[in-house]
Amino acid sequence: MKYIEEFQDPALARKLLDDIRATVTRPWALMEVCGGQTHTIIRHGIDQLLPDEVELIHGPGCPVCVTPLEVIDKALEIASRPEVIFCSFGDMLRVPGTGRDLFQVRGQGGDVRVVYSPLDALRVAQENPDREVVFFGIGFETTAPPNAMTVYQARRLGIPNFSLLVSHVRVPPAIEAIMRSPSCRVQGFLAAGHVCSVMGTSEYPELAERFRVPIVVTGFEPLDILEGVRRTVQQLERGEHTVENAYPRAVQPEGNPAAQAMLADVFEVTDRAWRGIGVIPASGWRLSSRYREYDAEHRFSVTGIDTREPAECRSGEVLQGLLKPHECEAFGTTCTPRTPLGATMVSSEGACAAYYLYRRLDLEQKTVSREGASVV
Amino acid sequence: MAWTCPMPLRDQSRVVMGHGGGGAMSAELVEHVFAPAFGGPVLAQLSDSAAVELGGARLAFSTDSFVVRPLFFPGGSIGDLAVNGTVNDLAMSGARAAYMSCGFILEEGVELSVVGRVAQALGAAARTAGVEVVTGDTKVVEAGHGDGIFINTSAIGLVPPGVDLRPQRVRPGDAVIVSGPIGVHGVAIMSVREGLEFGVEIESDCAALGGLVEAMLAVTQDLHALRDPTRGGLAAALNEIAAASGTGVVVEERAVPVPPPVANACAVLGLDPMYVANEGKLVAFVPREHADAVLAAMRTHPLGREAAIVGETVQTHPGMVVARTGLGGTRVVDMPIGEQLPRIC
Repeated sequence: MKYIEEFQDPALARKLLDDIRATVTRPWALMEVCGGQTHTIIRHGIDQLLPDEVELIHGPGCPVCVTPLEVIDKALEIASRPEVIFCSFGDMLRVPGTGRDLFQVRGQGGDVRVVYSPLDALRVAQENPDREVVFFGIGFETTAPPNAMTVYQARRLGIPNFSLLVSHVRVPPAIEAIMRSPSCRVQGFLAAGHVCSVMGTSEYPELAERFRVPIVVTGFEPLDILEGVRRTVQQLERGEHTVENAYPRAVQPEGNPAAQAMLADVFEVTDRAWRGIGVIPASGWRLSSRYREYDAEHRFSVTGIDTREPAECRSGEVLQGLLKPHECEAFGTTCTPRTPLGATMVSSEGACAAYYLYRRLDLEQKTVSREGASVV
Repeated sequence: MAWTCPMPLRDQSRVVMGHGGGGAMSAELVEHVFAPAFGGPVLAQLSDSAAVELGGARLAFSTDSFVVRPLFFPGGSIGDLAVNGTVNDLAMSGARAAYMSCGFILEEGVELSVVGRVAQALGAAARTAGVEVVTGDTKVVEAGHGDGIFINTSAIGLVPPGVDLRPQRVRPGDAVIVSGPIGVHGVAIMSVREGLEFGVEIESDCAALGGLVEAMLAVTQDLHALRDPTRGGLAAALNEIAAASGTGVVVEERAVPVPPPVANACAVLGLDPMYVANEGKLVAFVPREHADAVLAAMRTHPLGREAAIVGETVQTHPGMVVARTGLGGTRVVDMPIGEQLPRIC
């Protein structure tokens, strides 16, 4: 707890905020890439405390949110099969596919289980040799290595009834896609600390140089975020665009070589679709040909899926930082965590969910204020 | 004429786990399926325990079911929970439970020694709480149709004269007091059920709260409302009172006691301690002028040693719970929908 408390210290936060205020001279738009950072920012009200000149734009870094609807629908189809035990992290269970979610599949008799580690899913496979066990492997570079390790172990232990439904994505190509967008307003990035703890920082200098944009590796506690903002604003004010590591307690420049080796063995880079954004070249991983037999899509030839994205859902624009969640007409009306149109409203790291859960009062007050009535 | 559901439950055609999570989905099930089917003005109050009059006596009456897994956990068992959960519902009306019923649903194949241990624990908890088990029932379901042991209990007790605890009495300016650290029970259960280890063993705080409530009522009978924040955690309890009373609630986040092991476990799993289940804790809405004296009385009781004033009720944002964060921002603490789900990373 002391460890966490240290990074939530109000006095230190005030000092960082004072530093940022003293540094900033004009408006800057920064993007926090990771959904976990978005969650921290909104949960602690950091965006309310920053000077008006610093705008935080929420990026595409929620792995649940960017998993394509087609993959969710495949998961629902596979999980519905009587011979399958479908294992997933908890936060995928409420993500809407076309017409239903994994919780509803379970309510209809599907054997859907929440696990806390992919290796737990492998254990389920060992304990149920007469069933097919599928693990839903989604996420960024943070979750990809343990999922790769699970497939590696399945082969090493000779467990034939295990497979992985893969939807892994990579951060650097997403940053590149955002910067290439004609409507991009992002002037600096808070890079996702946990991703960098695996991959290191070597992928970023080229991006920073090419797009002349500062990239500061940032952690997830409130003081981490403020320090990331402070360093990014300092660079912008000085006209610099380098890669800085503001999360040295977790991130080494070289990352985690063992995890990278595991990724390289089990996965290969591929083009991937991002929900709401579209296909980004070289932005994902799939199982390499050596491990194809553990690919659930290969093992369960899922066909006849009719994928329909709700037309009124604008989560793609939210994920690209082009729209704030509350600027969407459906926000809080037809789209709520109870009746989500898109994954950004249901994922614990989704920007729309964070705004709905934590920012409603603030947004209501702003609405009231605009209408000229008294505010709280 | 066949009874039909008066209103379909939003988009759900079947029961999902969230319907039992103590949040918005549970409330919806009661509101749209059970309450219309059963009717009755007492049920319509939708309190944790029903306040009824019988032969001139003011009675509190409550029932609860226990489906906890595993049956034994650090700090207690399903037997302790079955007593404490039920008598605490009465305590939140200011009543001390007097008599209790106990229905066991046993799964074929469960070892009798396990049933015996649960019964022993239940009996011991009842004696501690000062409630007598006076009637019961046993059913056995086929193997695979239960989870070892399910228990249903009911309890009845007298509400002392002059005591009237209900959300509708809450007024702006009331102090909000919690009786101790939150989130302990939920994390203790999670640590054994999911095989998660958090470095230190976390024991459930499962306890009967009748004595603590009596100590509070000894200071003043003018308490406004009490709630035991079980499923759905402190967030659900505060939201229920805010909605039923039409007042807003403001919580100082740093004043809410969260034990370090609970905070760490929640940080790892991406859970918010405000939404994690408690047993043996209460949240009280107390008129401001009595708050300090009630707090002092709570702190002299073994179950209220770490009691703290965590916030107040306000006129602004009626029905909404808002937390002031440690950094000085604000956030809405919403009613949970179903159950909290651990995040991916």
